[in-house]
Amino acid sequence: MREDIRIAGFGGQGVILSGIIVGKAASLFDNKNAVQTQSYGPEARGGASRCEVVISDETIDYPKVQNPDIFVAMSHEALMTYIDDLKDGGTLIIDPGTITESEIEEFVKEHNIKLYRAPATEIATNEIKLKIVANIVMIGAFVKITNAISKEAAIKAIEDSVPSGTEEKNIQAFEAGYNFV
Amino acid sequence: MVKELFIQGNEACAEGALKAGCRFFAGYPITPSTEVAETLAIKLPAYKGSFVQMEDEIGAAGAIIGGSWGGSKSMTATSGPGFSLMQENIGYAFMSETPIVIVDVQRGSPSTGQPTMVGQGDMMQARWGSHGDYEPIALSPSSVQEFFDFTVEAFNLAEKFRTPVFVMADEIVGHMREKIIIPDKIDIVPRKMPESQKDFLPFKNNGINPMPSFGEGFDIHVTGLTHDERGYPDANNPKTHDTLVRRLSSKILDNKKDIVSTQKDFCEEADIVVVSYGAPFRSALNAVNIARDDGLKVGSFKLNTPWPFPEAEIREISKNASHIIVVEMNLGQIYWEVERVACSNSKTHLIGKIGGEIPKPNEILAEIKKVGGN
Repeated sequence: MREDIRIAGFGGQGVILSGIIVGKAASLFDNKNAVQTQSYGPEARGGASRCEVVISDETIDYPKVQNPDIFVAMSHEALMTYIDDLKDGGTLIIDPGTITESEIEEFVKEHNIKLYRAPATEIATNEIKLKIVANIVMIGAFVKITNAISKEAAIKAIEDSVPSGTEEKNIQAFEAGYNFV
Repeated sequence: MVKELFIQGNEACAEGALKAGCRFFAGYPITPSTEVAETLAIKLPAYKGSFVQMEDEIGAAGAIIGGSWGGSKSMTATSGPGFSLMQENIGYAFMSETPIVIVDVQRGSPSTGQPTMVGQGDMMQARWGSHGDYEPIALSPSSVQEFFDFTVEAFNLAEKFRTPVFVMADEIVGHMREKIIIPDKIDIVPRKMPESQKDFLPFKNNGINPMPSFGEGFDIHVTGLTHDERGYPDANNPKTHDTLVRRLSSKILDNKKDIVSTQKDFCEEADIVVVSYGAPFRSALNAVNIARDDGLKVGSFKLNTPWPFPEAEIREISKNASHIIVVEMNLGQIYWEVERVACSNSKTHLIGKIGGEIPKPNEILAEIKKVGGN
């Protein structure tokens, strides 16, 4: 089965790294196929930044994501830019601290969206005391909610991707996100 | 040890170059190829290799020609605007029979066009970009693994035929990340050196010559002028020119069966064949699979080597196929080659997608259904 995933936020949140970690976890540690792509426009600096991952048990031909099954939104701007692409019945994970939820209520109802709230920024700031790991907290929540990658693979991929010396803090962030949901 | 990595196509290209024995890279960074240079700048010193950031792309092409004559397998990487600037030295490399690898990660064009968006507008530039008669070899990867494999193959072909080789990639393949497997052992073609200095002729009129490096004691002369078997200019002699330039062409064309590489999926008995290369192949194969599920007799034909053009293979396909659809990210370049070869047997169609996105599978599917009468 092919699963199309989009993660979006604003530049600097580590959105791209999140996608790389998910793709790496799936392909190197879960033995599935994965393709990660990202937008390369000037919008990558400051504005909406987006990253996409396709995961499948079979060979992945078309590498891009048109209508994601799963959409992780880490900023309001990203949410509003991309929500229309989400598949009917798809999964939406939002960081409530960064989003005005009332603006999507109608869309969620109309398209039968499964909505989950993961306060990644708040957990990163207050619990881990390190705001920049919000993306890793979000991966924890994403893994628990979607099961798109295994927990073990996610942890290995995080250890393999974050700067050396920061592994422990990042795993702590992952666990906090995983256990919140 | 076999290595498994989840990396970008451009990084895989750099890994392939290192594995193939590349020890000299000169280039000028340009989106969307920059990660090739970036990776090699980091990694080459550990291999006792050299990285030089040049003042521009024609300088880069000149530097790798020098690097190759200095005895190092040499490469540069660029995109369309840089490829344009290199063309004069590319001709020099063909004429002087210098093995080099030039990677072009294609973007939206012409001119500076769309730096961050995908295109395939440089295919004919790879074929005819420099002046004169020559036969280029070009490979087009459609996955991260192929970007690695084809870069290795490019170095091997360059050494085997003592000629420049192009890797005509695109932004999608350059920037996307996938798993690649780097095997422990890879077949590498080493440079064939001349055995003896006595009576050695570096440009002998006999196929592919061994190549000495500067500083090894061989008395050689390298020039872009028409030259005799010693390499000395002989530009006013019609016979010398005719003999030289025909040899340069025939050393490639006579060996097409060793060079040309294609991938056929479901082509036997296919009434419609979709021809593609590079990233669009991914969409083409997806569309072909869906069409086959719908009961249509459709196949996919992928050009791993757009140049030299696989004429015999396309002609063979055209004998069975009523329709050939060419999918590429330009307004028709490889299409006209297919039309030239297939027109007496098949009706050819072009899906020429420009704007910076790869063709979507449903666009290709719609064309398949249209020509298939559905």
